[in-house]
Amino acid sequence: MNRAMWIFAGLLALALPLSLLAGRVWLDPATTPNAALILADLRLPRALLAVIVGAGLGASGAAMQGYLRNPLADPGLFGIAPGAALGAVAALWFGYAAAPFLLPLFALLGAGGAMALLAAIAGRTGGIALFTLAGLMVASLAGALTALAISLAPNAFAMSEIVMWLNGALTDRSWREVWLAAPLVALGVLLLWRSGRALDALTLGEPVARSLGVDTGRLLWLLIAGVGLTVGASVAVAGIIGFVGLIVPHLVRPLTDRRPSQLIVPSALAGALLVLLADSVVRVLPLVTELRLGIALSLLGAPFFLWLLLRLRRGLA
Amino acid sequence: MRLAAHDLSVAERLAGVSLALTPGSITAICGPNGAGKSTLLEALAGLLPADEGSVSLGDTDLLSLPAKERARLLGYLPQAHEIAWDVPVRSLVELGRMPHGDRRAEPVDAALAALDIAHLAQRRAQSLSGGETARVLLARVLAGEPRWILADEPLAALDIAHQLALLQHLRRAADAGAGVVLVLHDLAHAMNHADRVVVLDEGRVAADGACEDALDHRVIERVWKVPVRWIGEPGHRALVSG
Repeated sequence: MNRAMWIFAGLLALALPLSLLAGRVWLDPATTPNAALILADLRLPRALLAVIVGAGLGASGAAMQGYLRNPLADPGLFGIAPGAALGAVAALWFGYAAAPFLLPLFALLGAGGAMALLAAIAGRTGGIALFTLAGLMVASLAGALTALAISLAPNAFAMSEIVMWLNGALTDRSWREVWLAAPLVALGVLLLWRSGRALDALTLGEPVARSLGVDTGRLLWLLIAGVGLTVGASVAVAGIIGFVGLIVPHLVRPLTDRRPSQLIVPSALAGALLVLLADSVVRVLPLVTELRLGIALSLLGAPFFLWLLLRLRRGLA
Repeated sequence: MRLAAHDLSVAERLAGVSLALTPGSITAICGPNGAGKSTLLEALAGLLPADEGSVSLGDTDLLSLPAKERARLLGYLPQAHEIAWDVPVRSLVELGRMPHGDRRAEPVDAALAALDIAHLAQRRAQSLSGGETARVLLARVLAGEPRWILADEPLAALDIAHQLALLQHLRRAADAGAGVVLVLHDLAHAMNHADRVVVLDEGRVAADGACEDALDHRVIERVWKVPVRWIGEPGHRALVSG
């Protein structure tokens, strides 16, 4: 347990009960009618889902930055999020989304397809450059097919469903999504956590890591599986939620000794906190329709990241 | 346990190199730019697959050894000083213990002390000077207590005092039974401090033997194509042109 883990676990423990009370209608458990029902069936699953999705995205961002030895890396680079999104878009396009399990299932299939493609191209050699390029190509292919699906949408309703869904949200989610995502994200975070020591060795470059006994091929598989499970499951239940994987490791890093292995679990906690807070904010904002979580995180994330870059430039961060 | 290359060819950079290295001594690998020195060292560390030939450690093919066991026996220091994250010096040196699966303090402390960097243990990697970084990275190799130390240009970023201190330390490691293999550009250091010199030229062994023979001025003129002569006494030689 390091300091960052305690800090973010503490903040999360504070934020979770508060977020249950926050919403268009602020809950007072003593006076609000049906408070228990609202909490148990609406707000608790939604808050837990925010925690699960955020934890997966945060941990995979930390692992990706460690693997690519680049603070600008993001799980989206792997092409797994766009792959999952393409799967979900296919479900919406064909009108399967009415059946409760089909959309997340299609999204998971899309994530699995992207993982398989990545592994087929880059898995054998384990080279980082080839892997990054393969990820970028999978991402652009999935992005292009998603754009094609939007432009060829069978009707205006399907098109608007797809566009709305791509922006990511936790609106109207239930325990069903919680049970679907929780085991996958937990397994994914576990795999990423297991890769920590090998990522530490990669700090000194790939040849040194290999000379220290790191099996770079196995490491790549751990990462593909870990990121695939966390990001695939997140996209399956919430749509595309950007910026979390990119920003969170930067929040966590100054609180640790900066070894990649020390970042993964605190980044899971910090990611959970960030998505939970952002989702609480979009619920509270007095807009006609609820602001999509994906848009809100980008609106918050981009200026924050610019500020962070300015601080880094001045050498203060 | 001998470390040997058998008719080793790698990716058009080594063409049939054979040599057998014995522990307990310092071997310098010298040669002009592009001669294949770093490739040979990487292959000896078991990090490059051979197109032809093989590398063996004792009676075992190096590539058939489990990665962890190979890592415990061979410590490898590349020429590039890459440190991706601003981590504390001590945690970098502790990485040397990774093949052993422990973080025992004594070998880490001993390596920090041997390279005169114990006072830097809590400093961050990116605040170090070039010379300090070079010593930290070598300390990482020493912390693993390998039977073989394979270092690519370990003296390159060091001032003369630290170069001599480091060579002294490598001599002590060799006297204690380790095999030390160094890629060296500075022929005078090779001449004065190695027990044996292997000269590579265009991926082949051009000379191999005791320093005075392998770095004879005629070999240097043939391989480096510059007229030179040695001056000074054995053990304190200097190379001058002409």
